[in-house]
Amino acid sequence: MVPLSYYLVLSGILFACGVTGFLIKRNIITVFMSIELMLNGVNLSFVAFAAQWHALSGQVFVFFVMVVAAAEATVGLAIIIAVYRTRETLNVDRINLLKL
Amino acid sequence: MTPNLYLWLIPVLPLVGASINGLFGKRFSRQTVLAIALGFSGAAFVMALWIAAQFSSLALPHVENLASWIRAGDFQVDFAFYLDQLSLVMLLVVTGVGFLIHIYAVGYMWEEGGFYRFFCYLNLFMFFMLTLVLASNYLLMFVGWEGVGLASYLLVGFWFTKDSAASAGKKAFIVNRIGDFGFLIALFLMIKHFGSLNFAQVFRIVGEMPAETAGAGLLTAIGLLLMVGAAGKSAQLPLYVWLPDAMEGPTPVSALIHAATMVTAGVYMVARSHVVFDRAPQALMVVAIIGTLTALFAATIGVCQTDIKKVLAYSTISQLGYMFMACGVAAYSAGIFHLMTHAFFKGLLFLAAGSVIHAVGGEQDMRKMGGLRHYIPWTFWTMTAATFAIAGFPPFAGFFSKDAILWKAFSSPYGSWVYWAIGVFTAFLTSFYMFRLWFLTFFGEYRGEAAEKHGDEHVQVINSRPAAPAPYEHGHGGIHESPKVMLIPLVILAVLSVCGGWIGADRFDKFLSPTLHAGVSAYSQEDVAVATPAQEPKGQGGSEGLLTGISVLAAASGLFLAWLFYERRPQLPQEIAHALGGFYEAVVHKYYVDEIYAAVFVKPLIDGSTRILWQGVDRDVIDATLDNSAEGAREVSDAMRHMQSGNLRSYAGWIAAGAAVVIAYMVWTGTR
Repeated sequence: MVPLSYYLVLSGILFACGVTGFLIKRNIITVFMSIELMLNGVNLSFVAFAAQWHALSGQVFVFFVMVVAAAEATVGLAIIIAVYRTRETLNVDRINLLKL
Repeated sequence: MTPNLYLWLIPVLPLVGASINGLFGKRFSRQTVLAIALGFSGAAFVMALWIAAQFSSLALPHVENLASWIRAGDFQVDFAFYLDQLSLVMLLVVTGVGFLIHIYAVGYMWEEGGFYRFFCYLNLFMFFMLTLVLASNYLLMFVGWEGVGLASYLLVGFWFTKDSAASAGKKAFIVNRIGDFGFLIALFLMIKHFGSLNFAQVFRIVGEMPAETAGAGLLTAIGLLLMVGAAGKSAQLPLYVWLPDAMEGPTPVSALIHAATMVTAGVYMVARSHVVFDRAPQALMVVAIIGTLTALFAATIGVCQTDIKKVLAYSTISQLGYMFMACGVAAYSAGIFHLMTHAFFKGLLFLAAGSVIHAVGGEQDMRKMGGLRHYIPWTFWTMTAATFAIAGFPPFAGFFSKDAILWKAFSSPYGSWVYWAIGVFTAFLTSFYMFRLWFLTFFGEYRGEAAEKHGDEHVQVINSRPAAPAPYEHGHGGIHESPKVMLIPLVILAVLSVCGGWIGADRFDKFLSPTLHAGVSAYSQEDVAVATPAQEPKGQGGSEGLLTGISVLAAASGLFLAWLFYERRPQLPQEIAHALGGFYEAVVHKYYVDEIYAAVFVKPLIDGSTRILWQGVDRDVIDATLDNSAEGAREVSDAMRHMQSGNLRSYAGWIAAGAAVVIAYMVWTGTR
């Protein structure tokens, strides 16, 4: 039996990778993938806790998160395509129209 | 059971006329406008006559309550009307002379723009004036008092595109405010100490108080404050300055408001409040002194004026001074008598002057008139009647009233020979300047240019429409007599100026005595009515005759001097003016009173308002607080807005940093 802390450390590493990628990457697709990484880091900690405490609610949460992630990916990719068509770039630093 | 006289209808009728003309008059033809204006003011006059006809059968004072107005605890003010001998006299004068002047104005204003506006204001004035006269408490009187001020402001500034007219209107309004302030404080004192403003109640309470012979007290204070109000409205020293400027208004307005009715409101108010003044000898003395000085002061200025209306304006101030002199020696009935005759002859003088101005095409400078008696005989003869009346020649109206005042000034217990002497000298000056006007205008050679520019004075203002075909057609160009519609009021007033005094001061006094004398003892427990005729021990019939003789002599010498100066030897005035030098200059410039007021009151006020109130308080404190807080908010926002860069990764950074802080906090609290 792998101890819970191993899972949690791996989960933390995955989440940190996601955050780092989100912050430093300029390509919007990579940023998008970093978000998925963060979500999966969280998913890992959910299932780890579920296995540890023999509680199903953690696993149910994971399903919810995956469903939301799928929906988010759909909408997000659609936005990315729309942005690419109008701006012809995927660099997030140049997508700053919301600025004051 | 007293009959219901519907007193409230009298003021309300002109108000209805004013409302109709004011709201819809712009669309009406001139005939409709004047039918409404004359109809409603004439109806008020008819009602006044109707009341006068059944006057002897009434129980006086007759009070009619229309509606309650203010109720606060024990204090109560009603819309109530009060009729007694004094109000009846005022009522007849106001409606009668007012109606005549309405008729005259039809001819005078026919070619003016804003015809409906003029008659709307004129009717409005009648409403307020009648409210003032008929009010049964001081507050309602004050409403009328303020209202006539408003009407006066509107009418003085009638030709408001002319700058001088607009500022004259403002001056009249502002100077009157000063007087009204005193009046208002007098009302507050009455509320505080008597708990009522009703004439009947106030006079009853005051009647039970002893006369303040020893020192000044409450009644003296009230009396003096009332006099401040009266001085403002009736153009007495030191608040007279607005009246000469008010001559910027159309001439019928000068006749109605600034000669016959409104300016006498102060005299009416003092006479109405005589119960207070009877018990405050110091206040009474102040009234007499102000009146006497004003009479003299204004008469001297009148001597040197060259504008025909300005002469009449100063003459009005001077005659009002006479009325206050009479009130100040507790001879109220003489004052009211003079008020009445003055309304006749001064109204007539102004209307005739208007007719003269009309005839010579808007020229008001007497030096450019002359010899007009051949051209405008009707105006000449009516004006002659008025001039003899004001100068105090028997048997004209002015003689009786002025003589009554002078006699009372001498013989009343409050009187003194000083008042009398100044009064007689003023009578001489009055006669002189009036005959100067008369000679300059009607005798000698015509000195004006060809009177072709007819209508120059009548500035065409807004709302002017193409002149309607005048039913009162008169030739333009050349000196011409006024149309009949203007002459008829002149003739009626001329008859009144001649005969108006034949009632005699004694009979008039007897008529008013229930209000002015017996009323006092009715209200008072002890008999303190000091001014009853029985208590006039000074002087007997012989000296009265002598004094009358002297005042007629003064009038005659004024006539002679004016004839000498302006008919016989026209170069003489110049020589005398030259000899007098500085004094003459001062008189011509009206003693520089306007300049002094401008330097002492107006300029400091304007400077203070500009520097302290505007630039100091308003701009540097109030505006600055607001501007600076807005500016501060803007600067803070400007700094904050850089957080919102539009850069996606910087937002993410902020979120991550915030999340890190939250997690750190949770970890920190969890491990403690």
